[in-house]
Amino acid sequence: MRAILLIARRDLGSFLRTWSGYIIMAAVLALLGLAFNAGVLGRGAQRSSEVLSNYFWWASGFTMVESVLISMRLLAEERQTGTLALLYSSPVRDSEIVIGKFLSALGFLGLFLLITLYLPALIFVHGKVSFGHIFAGYAGLFLLGSAILAVGTLGSALSKSQLVAVILSGCMVVGLLLTWWLVGVTERPLSSVFNALAPYPHFKPFQEGLFHLRDAVYFLLVTYVALFGATRVLEARRWK
Amino acid sequence: MIQVENLSKFYGEHAAIRDLAFTIERGEVIGFLGLNGAGKTTTLKILGCVLLPTSGRVTIDGFDVVEDPHEIRKRIGFLPDTPPLYDEMTVGAYLSFVAQLRGVSKAEARSRVGQVEEQTSLREADTEVISSLSHGYRQRVGVAQALVHNPRLIILDEPTSGLDPVQIVEMRALIKSLKGTHTVLVSSHILSEISETCDRLLVIQDGEIVGQGTEEELATRAGGAVTVEVDVAGDAAAAVKALGLLPGVSAIEVTPREGGVTTLVIQAALELRPHIIRTLVAVNVDVLRVDRATKRLESIFLKLTQGHA
Repeated sequence: MRAILLIARRDLGSFLRTWSGYIIMAAVLALLGLAFNAGVLGRGAQRSSEVLSNYFWWASGFTMVESVLISMRLLAEERQTGTLALLYSSPVRDSEIVIGKFLSALGFLGLFLLITLYLPALIFVHGKVSFGHIFAGYAGLFLLGSAILAVGTLGSALSKSQLVAVILSGCMVVGLLLTWWLVGVTERPLSSVFNALAPYPHFKPFQEGLFHLRDAVYFLLVTYVALFGATRVLEARRWK
Repeated sequence: MIQVENLSKFYGEHAAIRDLAFTIERGEVIGFLGLNGAGKTTTLKILGCVLLPTSGRVTIDGFDVVEDPHEIRKRIGFLPDTPPLYDEMTVGAYLSFVAQLRGVSKAEARSRVGQVEEQTSLREADTEVISSLSHGYRQRVGVAQALVHNPRLIILDEPTSGLDPVQIVEMRALIKSLKGTHTVLVSSHILSEISETCDRLLVIQDGEIVGQGTEEELATRAGGAVTVEVDVAGDAAAAVKALGLLPGVSAIEVTPREGGVTTLVIQAALELRPHIIRTLVAVNVDVLRVDRATKRLESIFLKLTQGHA
């Protein structure tokens, strides 16, 4: 546990000391702001709760992009610069390395989500929405972000190059999202399987202000499976 | 302390190392000598628990690298061929992070960082950001991270690579200072580095150990002679005659110089310098200079590796 926190703290510090993290965050925030104006507010008269739901729909997309971008460096950079040898030769388990890295990115994602709070705050001030809806939406964004970060960590473990890592993670995320499209073009029972696998049906209730435990479990499960995969990849690298 | 038996590592079909076997005792400083691509880095990575072997057995302090790597990692400090540095951190913060990662408490880490910075002459760089350091300083930080938790075994892969002559001398002194208190395994392809610093040498070529032992033992094994150069003044012929009678001397090359000085290049099977001087003094010849030939180790190395190829 101590090693996990050490790695997470060092990595978060590194995120905050280098420009790349801020540049990614600023770019995604700016685009989210534009999307909020054009896609959320520009749709004519709507109820405040609809505006908020729309915002969460857009924010989910940007959260996924942010998550893929901030996770690309996690392990790929360590391999590229040779610092992975430091972690490999220290009394730290591979799972602790992966979890520490993941938590640092989760901390950075938390910071990103915290800054985006000004957008629902605008809706809150000018309209009538409940705290519960905002809370559920953000819980959904955090859980979705966590799952995508874990997938990104797996992509980052697979490659030495950050560019290849981001492409791999992007493909895995798009693959996951496409299962939602498959729901529409297949018949039961296959469509039910895809419905269970696709992230969107699990995010939709959060977007509308509902917190269902089964949806939270889905995102936690994706996180667990992806981090487990990343650990296995790291273990396998010791043979090469 | 270290026992290596039949150690092999394959990358696909290619064997990086094959059936290596050696033992290292506690407190020894061992030089791991080989040309680039000979298998040094692969072996050191296995000992550093970074890489797993394909076959064979390695135990360090009785723990197996495959079964108990965690226990071994607590006992070692490892400097890979590229120093594993986080560029955006300051030297002090980096060393403190590494110490804590290797199980040193936060309070103790602070004092250990101070000690190791003193040891590696990094005191004035404590607050410098690593990315701003010169190559020599980066290498020193790399060595410092391997020492910061005071490990029993220190593995240094080419610690002098890319250093200038002054820094090389400093690095040698540092490695010598570790003798006795730590077991040190240091690799190099620069032969003079190894002969000056190490108690014993392991020579590796094409993934196999082709010679191990002290410099003398290697010279004997390679069938090579110890070469001693002596400048004498006086009766050179008497000197040559007397030296020719010494047991072990195989050849003497005589080169007259200016001012009545003669240089004798003596080939002997063993280190005979004390006997040579006594013999020369006994026949009333003035000894102006006695030196071991500088290329001696290179010739042993070449013989061992060429013989193998």
